[in-house]
Amino acid sequence: MDLTFSDSEAAFRDELRAWFESNDPGEMPSGDDASYAFRREWQRRLAEDRYAAVHWPEEYGGRGASITESAIFFEELGRARRPLPANVLGILLAGPTIMTFGTDEQKERYLSPILTGDEIWCQGFSEPEAGSDLASLKTRAVKDGDEWVITGQKVWTSGAQYSKWCMLVARTDFDVPKHKGLTYFLMDMEQEGVQIRPLVQITGEPEFNELFIEGARVPDENVLGGVGNGWRVALTTLMNERSGLAFFLQVRLRQLLDELIEEAAERGLLDDPVVADKLGYLHMKAEILRLTAYRGLTTIEKYGTPGPEGSLTKWMWSETNQELAQFAADLLGADALTTGNRWAYELLRSRGNTIEGGTTEILKNIVAERVLGLPRLKGASA
Amino acid sequence: MNFDFTEDQHEIKKTARDLLGSRSSFAKVREAAEGKAYDDGLWKELVELGWPGIAIAEEHGGGGLGAVELAILSEELGYALAASPFLSTVTAAEAIGAAGTPEQQAAWLPGLASGEITGALGTAGGLVGDAEAAAVIVLVGEDGVARLLPRAEADVTPVDSIDPTRRAARVSGEGEPLGGESTAGVDRATIVVAAELVGVSQRALEMTLAYVKERKQFDTPVGAYQAVSHKCAQMLKDTEGARSATYFAAWAADAEPERLPEASSLAKAASSDGARDVTASAIQAHGGIGFTWEADVHWLYKRAQVDAALLGGSGTHRARLARLLAARLAPAAA
Repeated sequence: MDLTFSDSEAAFRDELRAWFESNDPGEMPSGDDASYAFRREWQRRLAEDRYAAVHWPEEYGGRGASITESAIFFEELGRARRPLPANVLGILLAGPTIMTFGTDEQKERYLSPILTGDEIWCQGFSEPEAGSDLASLKTRAVKDGDEWVITGQKVWTSGAQYSKWCMLVARTDFDVPKHKGLTYFLMDMEQEGVQIRPLVQITGEPEFNELFIEGARVPDENVLGGVGNGWRVALTTLMNERSGLAFFLQVRLRQLLDELIEEAAERGLLDDPVVADKLGYLHMKAEILRLTAYRGLTTIEKYGTPGPEGSLTKWMWSETNQELAQFAADLLGADALTTGNRWAYELLRSRGNTIEGGTTEILKNIVAERVLGLPRLKGASA
Repeated sequence: MNFDFTEDQHEIKKTARDLLGSRSSFAKVREAAEGKAYDDGLWKELVELGWPGIAIAEEHGGGGLGAVELAILSEELGYALAASPFLSTVTAAEAIGAAGTPEQQAAWLPGLASGEITGALGTAGGLVGDAEAAAVIVLVGEDGVARLLPRAEADVTPVDSIDPTRRAARVSGEGEPLGGESTAGVDRATIVVAAELVGVSQRALEMTLAYVKERKQFDTPVGAYQAVSHKCAQMLKDTEGARSATYFAAWAADAEPERLPEASSLAKAASSDGARDVTASAIQAHGGIGFTWEADVHWLYKRAQVDAALLGGSGTHRARLARLLAARLAPAAA
């Protein structure tokens, strides 16, 4: 057991710190469009120096970084308080999925603009009637010559209004069991048949959207991984969903907690034993999250597959982030309940943490079935 | 970074699991608990293997290995719930090894390493395991100073704790302070207790999984119901979280001693909360049978409760974490 980073990992961290130090995009402007444009410009800078997707192979503009180095990248991005690149879904989800299942032509066509942020991607998986039970989705794709005609509705589509492309899963065969009739499409968002309606979330921001798809057309060559193979391709996308990002979130949580402690100190609250107890508790949870995430890295690097700890970090992070925001409200009172205050924002935004990217309930099902080997209840599936 | 055991460390863990699996079955644990006596044969075997001295320096006759190896053994003895003076002896040795004067070390470590004598460690006012039979007792006062009491100078009153798998006592007496930094010694001992709690949690989880896969109601294994399976998932989360903190602390104890105070409190707070919750859930998931003397889950719950209080409960350690944090982040206010 040795928790020190190797010389090359430490050197990579130093290199990143220096780069983030000398590459400061400044304060992110307010407003959705302005902040998005800001993050897009930030991604361009990252891409210029091959930092936009360090875990991508060098041939596609990445650095072929190991999973530990990728974790270090996201930790340092968070530590430097730099924003996530605008095309985070393209970089983390679409890119790796295309690398796994794409034809040479598809790789050639799509990967580079993902990296530069020239083409933004969104994820068209969930539907109003297909959330945790994703495989029951109903959006249909019907063959018409060498094109597919798509009709249906998608929901929770983050960044759709800025996206050129959508990772879309649709049903191409209604006569086979639900997991088998799906196909994964790369759909052009810039067409009549795709209408976007912003969904305002409880914070008042429209981070995500509904997609209304009415006769949208996708050429044959934009099928990814073969007709009828959509479930397998989609699972690859989902498995990438919680990779490096966890380390960015983990560092952000740490920063929030440290800031809360500083704020408690300024108000002279640290001597209150109830406050100290709760801060000690939150510190413990934040450290457990960090250490468990590190253990997960080692397991993947050493054994090639995630261990039991790999399924736990998203659950740990979301729960702790909510507890932290709730405690900030207890501690800071009216300030944290006033719109515009950052803690008020956290109090609202963190409610989404235990839902987005897999609800805690589904994560528990996954742990129960795949890690603990418990029997599955008829009809339910993780 | 390698947040996993080395091959040698894996081997130690496996050897311990196999040996204790055959020598310290629950039948044996029950016999020791109900008869209020340890299995001398088991202790002799552990001594022959050099386990009590595994982390004691070679110059004192020990194995010279580190806190990680010691944590591995402690975890496995916790997993087996072995009825033996191991934890008491090695925690005393850790404290004396880290904070004793050269004379104190020379006086006690060779005997503890060879198994010729046993030791005990605890807090004044708390329950001290195995104090009656110990040749030397390390008693931590309310001021945090650890004092060394040869058995003859200690006032030892045996008590029946709720955990009959371990002999307990209340201890008082003057003794002499450990010569060095008490905190380091106590922190190292605390990590060994945390490791035992991780082992207890792991065992409770495994017993529960076996039971809920087998037990059927409404023609369905109860482990298929989410009310039960989600509880099991929570048990895994608590166990693995405590494991992360405890392995980190054991590693830091030798590799980055400046982080020892925080790491030790982190491990103890996480493992105490974790083991109490996990063993309580184990009883609940076993239903009525889990509440009987006949089923074995209660031994785990009882060990978890007494260990959780040993060297400070999670509340004590959370308060310490808050103090350490405040000193780092807001030194002016602290």
